[in-house]
Amino acid sequence: MQSLQESLKSNQFTITAEVCPPKGADVKDFISKALALKERVNAINVTDNQRAIMRLGSLGASIILLSHNIDPIYQLTCRDRNRIALQSDLLSAAAFGIKNVLLLTGDHVSAGDHIDAKPVFDLDSVQLIDIASRLNHGFSAIDKPIKGKTSFFIGGVVNPGASPLEPEMITFEKKVQSGARFFQTQAIYDIEKLKRFLHFVNKLDVYILAGILVLKSAKMARFLNDNVAGVNVPQDLIKQLEDSKDPLEKGIEIAAEQIRSLKNICHGVHIMTVGQEEIINNILDKID
Amino acid sequence: MIITKQKPLEEILEFLKNHKRIFIVGCGACATLCKTGGEEEVLQMKKILEKKGFEVTGDVIPDETCHIPLTERKLREKKKELKKSDAILILACGSGVQSISLTAKQPVYPGIDSLFIGNVLRFGSFVERCSACGNCYLGETTGICPITCCPKTILNGPCGGVEEGKCEVDPNMDCVWIKIYERLEEKGELDKMKKIKSPKKYHLKKNPNSLTVDK
Repeated sequence: MQSLQESLKSNQFTITAEVCPPKGADVKDFISKALALKERVNAINVTDNQRAIMRLGSLGASIILLSHNIDPIYQLTCRDRNRIALQSDLLSAAAFGIKNVLLLTGDHVSAGDHIDAKPVFDLDSVQLIDIASRLNHGFSAIDKPIKGKTSFFIGGVVNPGASPLEPEMITFEKKVQSGARFFQTQAIYDIEKLKRFLHFVNKLDVYILAGILVLKSAKMARFLNDNVAGVNVPQDLIKQLEDSKDPLEKGIEIAAEQIRSLKNICHGVHIMTVGQEEIINNILDKID
Repeated sequence: MIITKQKPLEEILEFLKNHKRIFIVGCGACATLCKTGGEEEVLQMKKILEKKGFEVTGDVIPDETCHIPLTERKLREKKKELKKSDAILILACGSGVQSISLTAKQPVYPGIDSLFIGNVLRFGSFVERCSACGNCYLGETTGICPITCCPKTILNGPCGGVEEGKCEVDPNMDCVWIKIYERLEEKGELDKMKKIKSPKKYHLKKNPNSLTVDK
């Protein structure tokens, strides 16, 4: 498989997926899930204590993927580290050969399992992207030269379904200005909304990977509508899941159909399965 | 003003369990307005402690317990009652407690928790609007503070957690960046939001901070 950067730069429809590091030091399952996707996706995102739930670190897990010749997208959030630790971890990542970084503000500590932890948020996502760009130019956050510049392919996240949309677009443009070159979007089910967003993006020199969150049941779809910001699963999809004898299979079909319809309108997709990575291959089987 | 809340009674009694004779200190300023350390609350605490078998040797309510010289003077007036006590319970903010703890001979205990610097919405209702961060941004954000009012202290616009203008951390709370956006748009000043804000200068928020005014 081509790496994320090669695939995007050669205008191939690019596919990324997400694998969550384990809640513990046993990485056997993590590695086997990633290996199962190795020949099907261009790169694999490694989440950074997603939803503020403590897990094995994303830097360590990204290094493990790299050692299996998988192109990792190392996710790094501002929630748990100050600007010294963030730069230091980015330099460590560069030294190990990690290229793709996805830089986010991060979910708040209150969403997770260590609610008494101190939320750091020394930087926000725009500032972290700016600092990663400085490292690429050979300078630290305080404008001092560093020994050996980095060559990160910098990514960010964006929510085309945000309501209201305009403030989100201001943040998005700031991320672009700061040096983000690729974006993975929040899960999107409304293709018209995505098209409006892509129309806005066309004038910018960035790659967009649309977020595909696989629906596993009508219950899950309703949960997303009620609890996840900017995610809106249309009623007809909920009905299809409800009427189906095998909702997971239906969800796989829906995801495959979404990917097919996106093939000509964006640079690729980012597939999320919330822990059920094995179904990604079933989805990809349907679109090949 | 400093907004305070009384500690659970069990916690106060746990502090005092090895003591018998208690002296109580309140505060005539913020803790009076918060109804945590005014005359009424000091009297109430006295009654509770007596009911629990303690002897209350005396009490005092300095005008501002955070004012060290004024508080020391007030305490000197109560020297006898203080001397009889074997612990001091203070119904004032953490600053107030420390006006006394440095020089007190007996153990000192807080009876209330300090929560935040607050604005009064109406009597008995307070909100936090300023974190005393040492480096005020209000000029760039139409007078709304993202350091205090965004749980992630974001300086460059809303995060992905906004849902219909509400914050992901507390769905009852408006996203401060949506509010800032709306006001800037109204005033034709969106350029202020489009400008990338550099990382905050945390060295200006020293712990502990101090200031001496040059006259």
